[in-house]
Amino acid sequence: MSAQEFFAMGGYAFYVWTSYGLCFVVLLANIVLPIIQRRQFLRQLALKQKRQNL
Amino acid sequence: MSLIPDPVGRFFHRMASPPYFYAFTEKLMPWLTGIFLILLAGGLYGGLYLAPPDYQQGDSYRIIYIHVPSAWMSLFIYMVMAAAGAIGLIWRIKLAEIVAISSASVGASFTFIALVTGSLWGKPMWGTWWVWDARLTSELILLFLYLGVIGLYNAIDDKRTASKAVAILALVGVVNIPIIHYSVEWWNTLHQGPTVTKMDKPSIHVSMLVPLLLMAAAFKFYYVIAMLQRARLELLQRERTANWVKKMVTEQSQ
Repeated sequence: MSAQEFFAMGGYAFYVWTSYGLCFVVLLANIVLPIIQRRQFLRQLALKQKRQNL
Repeated sequence: MSLIPDPVGRFFHRMASPPYFYAFTEKLMPWLTGIFLILLAGGLYGGLYLAPPDYQQGDSYRIIYIHVPSAWMSLFIYMVMAAAGAIGLIWRIKLAEIVAISSASVGASFTFIALVTGSLWGKPMWGTWWVWDARLTSELILLFLYLGVIGLYNAIDDKRTASKAVAILALVGVVNIPIIHYSVEWWNTLHQGPTVTKMDKPSIHVSMLVPLLLMAAAFKFYYVIAMLQRARLELLQRERTANWVKKMVTEQSQ
């Protein structure tokens, strides 16, 4: 099977790849967003503590 | 005599302690991620490349490898969320409350994926994006239940009260779970009947079944990873004034 054939998905490329792409984006966001938010929150806490210690 | 073996009991007892939970989940993460990626790679390779096209549906059926595991996860996570909510409600365990609410966003995402990929599969196969049949409608109600849980939680400022309210909503919504599962047997519909969970013999070829099960296992690990990431954030926000958080922040900023 050639790469072109593989990506064509027997003519269903739009439906198959949209499904996989959307799934990928949603699942990635569910992991990345909480990690970014947690880091931001920790930074905020550190700043607050610094101010209190002055 | 205790119903639960001692080491298991001790493990859950320790996991209910916020600082232990936070530290332990951090150490657990690389292992969970590694297993998840291996299962995912195997499932995708088997499903998109090795498995033959379906004799009726051609290559469009390959949507099954995310559609069906997502739909399974949408039900599974709801049950975990309701059970954790009930534990939080009865024993007032903070970590159970956090697991319950952290499951909601992951569950909502899987429900959304199941609905949209189903739609993308339905268009070429059924000739329509959507039908108001029992299976699709009850799955849509499940999405609204998840969104209701998230909305209710965010609407109440006191998070312990919010968790109580959310647990009750989640428990009432459990009624919907068997309706979704049996909808394709109870009502006539365009949606195909169960092919894998048929007790006698699954009506799916093994070359298609193995990647499907690999993807289902990968999604289970994904759920644990995503839920724990959300739980760690939630835990920090709730415990921001606790000594262990203060100590950790001081140590990290030095």
